[in-house]
Amino acid sequence: MALSTEPRHGTPGRPDAGGGASRVGRDRPVSGLELWTWLFMRISGIVLLFLSVGHVLIMHVVGEGVERVNFAFIATRWGSPFWRAWDWALLVLALLHGINGLRVITLDYVRQAGARFAINIFFSTLGFLLFVLGTVIVFTFDPSKWGPV
Amino acid sequence: MATRQTKKKSDYGSVYKGHEGQWSWLFHRVTGVAIILFLFSHVVDTAVVGWGPEAYNRVASVYHNPIVRTLELGLVAAVLFHSYNGIKILLIDFFPGLTRHITAIGRTTVAVFVLSMIPITYIMGSDIIGLLTH
Repeated sequence: MALSTEPRHGTPGRPDAGGGASRVGRDRPVSGLELWTWLFMRISGIVLLFLSVGHVLIMHVVGEGVERVNFAFIATRWGSPFWRAWDWALLVLALLHGINGLRVITLDYVRQAGARFAINIFFSTLGFLLFVLGTVIVFTFDPSKWGPV
Repeated sequence: MATRQTKKKSDYGSVYKGHEGQWSWLFHRVTGVAIILFLFSHVVDTAVVGWGPEAYNRVASVYHNPIVRTLELGLVAAVLFHSYNGIKILLIDFFPGLTRHITAIGRTTVAVFVLSMIPITYIMGSDIIGLLTH
C-alpha cells in the first residue's frame, strides 16, 4: 500500500493541517481510546509538571541533593502523609504517562502486530508490577520496625 | 499534497529536514524514554527502603559516586526539558492559533531550559567536583 500524505485523523479547527511549513505535531485523535490517552497525556502532563519538577528539585538539587538521602531521611519524609501522597501520585502518573509514551513510540516504530502486542504487554506488565510494589511500600512503610526514628 | 514547492530536499540539513520542531520532537521522545527507563529502576531502588536501613543505605550509597551523579545531572536535565517542551505542546494543542508563533515559542522553551540548567549545573556540578576531590 502506498504511503498517503493525507492526515489519518480529522483535525477540525486546526490551522494548516495540510502539511505546510507551520504544521506541527501529530494530528489530534477524534475518538475512542486514542482520544482518551491523548487527553490523559496532557492532563497527567500538567500534574506531573509540578510533581516531577518539584520532586527532582527537592531530592536532587537543593540542600545536599541526593547526598542526604538515606533510610533516616526517608523515615522522616514519609512521616508526613503529604509526602507519601505526593510520591504515590508521582509513581502512578509517571508510570501511566511513561508506559503510554512507550506505547506511542512502539506504534511508530514496530510494524509487526505480534511484536507490537508483545512489547506493549511487556511494558504494561512491568508497569503494573512496579505500581503494586511502589504502592505497597509507600503505604505500608513503617520505620519503627527497625527501632526508634 | 503540494508541500515540496517552496523547498527542495537538498535545502534541508538532515534526516529531520532541518525544522527546529523536529529536533524538539526527537529530544522529547529521547528524554521521555530515558526518564521511564530510569523510573523502572528507581521504583525498585526506593522500594528497598521496605527491607530496612541496612539494605536501603547500601542501595543509596550507589549515588555517592561521581559517575552516577553525572548521570543524575543528565536525568534532571531530561526531566526539565521534557517538562518545558511539554508545556509548549500543551500550548499549541489547546491554543492552535499559537502555531503561527511556533518558532518563537520553541526558542523560548530552549532558552528557559538553558537558563534553568545554569544554576542547576553549578549546584550539582560543585557536588560532583567535591566527590572527586575528597
